[in-house]
Amino acid sequence: MTDQPKIDLSPRVSDEIRKTTCYMCACRCGINVHLKEGKVSYIEGNRDHPINRGVLCAKGAAGIKQVTSPARLRAPLRRVGPRGSGEFEEISWEEALDLATSWLKPLRETAPEKLAFFTGRDQSQSLTGWWAQQFGTPNYAAHGGFCSVNMAAAGIYTLGGSFWEFGSPDWEHAQLLLLFGVAEDHDSNPIKMGLAKLKARGARIVGVNPIRSGYNAIADEWIGITPGTDGLFILSLVHELLRAGKIDLDFLARFSNAPVLLDCDPKSPDHGLFLGDDAGRPLVIDRRTGKPAPWDGEGVEPDLRGKLRRAGVTHRAVMYDIAERYLAPDYAPEKVAERCGIAPEQIRRVAAELARAAFDSDVTLDQPWTDFRGVAHKTMPGRPVAMHAMRGISAHANGFQTCRALHLLQTLLGAVETPGSFRFKPPYPKPASAHPRPHFRSTPGQPLDGPALGYPQGPEDLALTEDGAPARIDKAFSWENPLSPHGLMHMVISNAAAGDPYRIDTLFLYMANMAWNSSMNTRGTMEMLTATDEAGEYLIPHVIYADAYRSETVAYADLILPDTTYLERHDCISLLDRPISEPDAAADAIRWPVIAPDRDVRPFQSVLLDLGARLGLPGMVTEDGAPKYTDYADYITNHERKPGIGPLAGWRMGPQGLTHGKGDPNAAQIDSYIGNGGFFTAPLPEEAAYYKPWNRAYQDWAVSFGLIDKPQPALIQLWCEPLRRFQLAAEGKRAPQPPEALRGRIRTTLDPLPLWYAPMSDAFEDPAEYPVHALTQRPMAMYHSWGSQNAWLRQIHGVNPLYLPTYWWDKLALSEGDWVRVTSSHGEITVPAARMAALNKNTVWTWNAIGKRKGAWALDPKAPEATKGFLLNHLIHELLPARGDGMRWSNSDPVTGQAAWFDLRVKLEKSAAPDEAQPVFPVIPGFHLSANTQKTPSPEAQPPDNEGTP
Amino acid sequence: MTDLPQHSEKKLGLVIDLDTCVGCHACVVACKGWNDQAYGAPLSDSEPYGADPSGAFLNRVHSYEVLPETGPAQHVHFPKSCLHCEDAPCVPVCPTGASYKRAEDGIVLVNEDACIGCGLCAWACPYGAREMDPSAGVMKKCTLCVDRIYNDALPEEDREPACVRTCPANARHFGDLGDPESAVSQLVAERGGIDLMPEQGTRPVNKYLPPRPRDGWGGDTDVLAPYLEPVAEEPEGFLGWLDRTLGKL
Repeated sequence: MTDQPKIDLSPRVSDEIRKTTCYMCACRCGINVHLKEGKVSYIEGNRDHPINRGVLCAKGAAGIKQVTSPARLRAPLRRVGPRGSGEFEEISWEEALDLATSWLKPLRETAPEKLAFFTGRDQSQSLTGWWAQQFGTPNYAAHGGFCSVNMAAAGIYTLGGSFWEFGSPDWEHAQLLLLFGVAEDHDSNPIKMGLAKLKARGARIVGVNPIRSGYNAIADEWIGITPGTDGLFILSLVHELLRAGKIDLDFLARFSNAPVLLDCDPKSPDHGLFLGDDAGRPLVIDRRTGKPAPWDGEGVEPDLRGKLRRAGVTHRAVMYDIAERYLAPDYAPEKVAERCGIAPEQIRRVAAELARAAFDSDVTLDQPWTDFRGVAHKTMPGRPVAMHAMRGISAHANGFQTCRALHLLQTLLGAVETPGSFRFKPPYPKPASAHPRPHFRSTPGQPLDGPALGYPQGPEDLALTEDGAPARIDKAFSWENPLSPHGLMHMVISNAAAGDPYRIDTLFLYMANMAWNSSMNTRGTMEMLTATDEAGEYLIPHVIYADAYRSETVAYADLILPDTTYLERHDCISLLDRPISEPDAAADAIRWPVIAPDRDVRPFQSVLLDLGARLGLPGMVTEDGAPKYTDYADYITNHERKPGIGPLAGWRMGPQGLTHGKGDPNAAQIDSYIGNGGFFTAPLPEEAAYYKPWNRAYQDWAVSFGLIDKPQPALIQLWCEPLRRFQLAAEGKRAPQPPEALRGRIRTTLDPLPLWYAPMSDAFEDPAEYPVHALTQRPMAMYHSWGSQNAWLRQIHGVNPLYLPTYWWDKLALSEGDWVRVTSSHGEITVPAARMAALNKNTVWTWNAIGKRKGAWALDPKAPEATKGFLLNHLIHELLPARGDGMRWSNSDPVTGQAAWFDLRVKLEKSAAPDEAQPVFPVIPGFHLSANTQKTPSPEAQPPDNEGTP
Repeated sequence: MTDLPQHSEKKLGLVIDLDTCVGCHACVVACKGWNDQAYGAPLSDSEPYGADPSGAFLNRVHSYEVLPETGPAQHVHFPKSCLHCEDAPCVPVCPTGASYKRAEDGIVLVNEDACIGCGLCAWACPYGAREMDPSAGVMKKCTLCVDRIYNDALPEEDREPACVRTCPANARHFGDLGDPESAVSQLVAERGGIDLMPEQGTRPVNKYLPPRPRDGWGGDTDVLAPYLEPVAEEPEGFLGWLDRTLGKL
């Protein structure tokens, strides 16, 4: 065809590609950022990167709109109107840092705990935690308490590692995947890539989720479970597998504490604790001799039937308690099915599928290895049953024990660190006992004596004052939630406004939208932030907030420290923190400024180091008081946590030149990362790839690489002794002891063996009055409020109706376009309704974090996100309802303090359509908005001059 | 108007796997990003931060619920873009000849210099696969990344459409559907790939792989039952079983 137009088939794609790490969600993929004339022109996945291997999700590709967003903050701001008005004046960085120093310096000198420093979805906790420690405040945590601490805590206390960042399904060998809960961004691309691998191999996927969307839509089988009952379902699977003897006895005996001897005498002060030798090492009965032996003794063969009478006390293996508890008829499928909202046959089928996949598939790797007892194994036998779980289990007040139940199920099947099952990612496995304990005793002018966050091993490790009151503002590590290793960010503002347990002076927040979608009881939170005492002073005297965008929370701060976007900054995704490792390799990564900021903004981590130097914090100043680090990049390169160990493991300096893992700082280290595409990987020896917690080759490699100081093999803690120590305190057998009001709750919920109990709020809210469960899900194409303002992504998910199952749709006689009033024990919202059949019969849901406050995020106040979008947060209180005893407890898991977002129960009514979703909040007056309705800015366009701050 | 080519040996197109598509919209945004700065006018957005944001996209993902006769409701994600039909109704309908199908590989394109934005082609397309750019006033459609797939400036492994390169669930495949030996043709044969709306007579080149059967436990019940044969009903019996079994280990 000669009349076809001639087109250029080989246009030049870009001037340059710069490789860095994505930050459009928490997944941390490698990206190629294409630049034309110095501007970002296109973003794609980096094919060499261990996390995403070239693919990229919708969020990642939309990053180009994040760096031109009109919501970007442009300069430091000082509040001039009342809090919440959004009225600010621009100030210089010098003024901003002087002001912050003037607030913080006196606190450090007199009462460091009066600074509460909480960070949101940042990935620099190794720095922020260290900064808080050097400041001397115990009141530090990141956002894990309202995110997924149940998974982290249950994983680390049980297995020595958790799902997602610290572990992964064995996508290469699994034959069956059991997928629980809303997992769509933890993590994002690796799960999609993994599901594709399973599908290509014909492996089966079973989705357990009240909502059949996303991953559950492609699952071979869908279990539309009732929210909050996953633990019951899992323990019913355990019941069936035990009853059928479909358990891996050899694995249980060698690698779990099922054979460890327990004190079984109810009169004994150590009832329920392990029998130890003189060195405190737990004992098992050695099958070779029939005599007690330490669990890790050379060549010991632990006996699951071990019994021993010593000093008049009977001891027997944990296995007996496991058999007694889970064989009980309470867990029979017929007993639990109705509560779980699924048929007994479905439970049996899943149990049988698990048994078939675990014990009939021949997945054995021809790879010799030696275990920690010195026993040589010729092969690595597999149990190709993988599991993954995240928010759907985590965000319930029974989530810790539910996650423990899931780990019990994995362990009974031998499906931990065996080929085809669940694999740790270095630096994990790391047992709870190898983590620090909480540190909380603040001293004026001094650093804290250790990191604020940690893993208590018993009541003696709680963060309590002399009189037994919580030492932390969020009441983490108190009797209310003893094992709260991520803190309770969702309680900080509420407790600080109530002066319970004490008042603070400065609330310092980073990257967490606490005045909107990251808080329960959103309206109440805004009121707490603006509440004043009799003298008219704010109850929280100072609020400092750092973020890159003009969020709802910006309006409630006194001082704004504007951050850069993720393409304009250095970061390290560190092995000291939450690295990008994969099961076969330790890996870490950086971000670097692939473009320069065009505004008067600074990377928050550099600002934090500057502030630290102004405050004279140890480690941040030289001997003569000068700043030790010029910026975050300098810190990343030169900081050493201990000799030879720094934020980045790659390209350190050894005696003979470049080395990895342990080594001296290397001035060219960041350049080496940039040259390698922004990341570093250290592959494990093949002999070390599986059975890591018990594998000498892995343990020795981890020591040589600097991940651990000495080998730390550990058994899977099916019986969790730290929990039992709290129970003993509640039983009055151990000091310190909990307050009377909490004794019963601790006895019940801190059970050393996994159990299921109804969500705490069920005791306050009549299920007959509030019969419907209400949940949120995060869209795959959005991450939180940062993504839902993105010009491209908001065209995909600009509205969030409440999805109702057919049962309720028909019952309320709804038609398309109808609205519903949704009422909880705390509040009421009126919102657009939509129908969805693939849904648990008594569950409604909506997308998370689409709803916006008018005027925030530089969106038009008439934007659908602000007029029809809504939050379920208005229905959820941070405290459980009152019960007449004058006490109100936090709406959290009683073990970990995890925010119980998904325990929400509501009732539904059809409503006349209001003009806007209810409740309506006024426009934030100080935020100028007229500039935000301009047409079609090109990607290069900057916000007009009249946009921004007054 | 333009005539369709008599016959093109090479039929480049996409094979989209509805069994693995999780509906993540990665392909939608990768497509938007590439084509915002590639072939023809940028894909503009109207009111990107306003009350009624709308922009041109060459690929969108729709979601549908399926209610089987037995078993629970199902949810299917359905990405849709130009199917590069062999009998493309959008081509002959174009009054200026702007809309055409390439003889050498079958890709349907719009010559934007000749497009007057009348919209007839979009009206003729039974799939709704064309979108008028709100700013440039020209018709936009999937180009199969014609400026990537032959692009000497790209590494060979990247010479595939942006949507295929980015798909995390490996649900999108690109190749020559005119060659029965190609990987995509083999995939279509193996998985029973189908035409979208064949009754329209458009003979689309793109194929869809249907979802595999879901929730099919029923047939397996007899096979699975022996796996749950109880060894004991009570803890004592279980411990007896444990004794016997451990004795054999």
